[in-house]
Amino acid sequence: MADERFEPKIIAFLCNWCSYRAADLAGTARIKYEPNIRMLRVMCSGRVDPSFVLKAFALGADGVMIAGCHPGECHYLEQNYKTMRRFSMLKHTLKAMGMEDDRVRLQWASAAEGVLLAGAINEMIEQVRALGPLDWPKNWSENGKIDEAIEQLVEEHAEAMEVPV
Amino acid sequence: MSEKGVLALYWAASCGGCEIAVLGINEKILDVAAAFDIVFWPCVLDGKVRDIEKMDDKSIDLCFFNGAIRTSEQEYMARLMRQKSKVLVAFGSCAQEGCIPGLANATTKEAIFQTSYHDTPSTVNPDGIRPQTETEVAEGTLYLPFFYETVKTLGQTVDVDYYLPGCPPEPERIWDAIVAILENKLPAPGSVIGAETTVCDECPRTRDEKKIKEFKRTWEIIPDSDICLLEQGLVCCGIATRAGCGALCPTVGSPCIGCYGPNEGVDDFGARMMTALASVIDSDDPEEIDRIIHEGIPDPIGTFYRFSLAHSELRRIALPANGGSDAKLETAESA
Repeated sequence: MADERFEPKIIAFLCNWCSYRAADLAGTARIKYEPNIRMLRVMCSGRVDPSFVLKAFALGADGVMIAGCHPGECHYLEQNYKTMRRFSMLKHTLKAMGMEDDRVRLQWASAAEGVLLAGAINEMIEQVRALGPLDWPKNWSENGKIDEAIEQLVEEHAEAMEVPV
Repeated sequence: MSEKGVLALYWAASCGGCEIAVLGINEKILDVAAAFDIVFWPCVLDGKVRDIEKMDDKSIDLCFFNGAIRTSEQEYMARLMRQKSKVLVAFGSCAQEGCIPGLANATTKEAIFQTSYHDTPSTVNPDGIRPQTETEVAEGTLYLPFFYETVKTLGQTVDVDYYLPGCPPEPERIWDAIVAILENKLPAPGSVIGAETTVCDECPRTRDEKKIKEFKRTWEIIPDSDICLLEQGLVCCGIATRAGCGALCPTVGSPCIGCYGPNEGVDDFGARMMTALASVIDSDDPEEIDRIIHEGIPDPIGTFYRFSLAHSELRRIALPANGGSDAKLETAESA
């Protein structure tokens, strides 16, 4: 078991107009990338609210990629600039939360860049694999033996209320 | 004589401000006393937990529970009040989203104990004694509740029927909620009793296009008295915060810090702030963007999650045992 390779789960948000088509292109061109990535298509990388990324981590993702059109080439003119600023803000916050930088990645990929996207995916999977499992929910799951302590409290209350003879 | 309702109020990890806010309804507290028998209110009335334990389940009509959950005793009380109450209201920001006690999730239990029992200049503890959950003394065993690593909200601990936001809730909103309960005009269970708009809608300042090159701290500028504070570079959380306070802070030139919690439809307050602020920064250059954010928001947790860290998607910072190194903790603390 100990020798088994860690297989990270990575969630990717890809924009409809460039990056998702890059992923499609990678598929039709039979460019291989590792299967650790789960892709979600959004209309624009500007649609990706930081809460999507946070939620992915809270549900157990090991890494999150956001991919969109290159700056200046957004289908919706300038929304990916908002993605850029939002990503910087998100990364700043995640760092303060104690999360490694490499667990999030912003990747620009045009519809013609299937090779580039596949390469970025593989690179990110390797980086996250090296970091190991994130298992974020574990951070709040261990508060001690709550039920035991609570059962004991009832007894303590009873004891405290006993009138000394 | 008409049948009176039964009311209980309890506090867990909170500052007591919510109790004062209840009394802030002034003489209307007499109307509350006329409508309800108050069976339990440790801050104000003498009462025993044992008495509540002996009551029938669901025999309390309404319980206002303020405070977050950070010890086993508070968890016990949360479960007890849930069991005995028909309607349990998470009263105030601590119960709803963790509030200031929830900021303990930006550090660790060990670091908190180290500071409290060893490091503060006023602590004299030559033997390095720390409180234990059980201590044997001549008279018998003394017990203390145990202290959690992670502060929880009331909603993360037991089922909550309604949430009353605010740090503390404004007396007018408390009264509105009591009236809604008395007249049985409550929203759907699980919802927040309050406005469904943001502080900006109550703010008298004039709003125009928001484009800023630099975030400013409150001590750096004397803000113009009429223009939106965010447009002047101050990180004002009014854009993500639920209305209900009457925009008290921005009205007098102090940016909103988000004490009324996330607006309707917002799950993660910090994420909403990040989204909104990203749209305001006037730069398309990645390096300049990073500089504006890093210089302008040195403490992202304190800025975006001051009241809602325990309730946020990530709930707390990474524990050292789970990948968060001690070095990282120090960075997070000093940030």
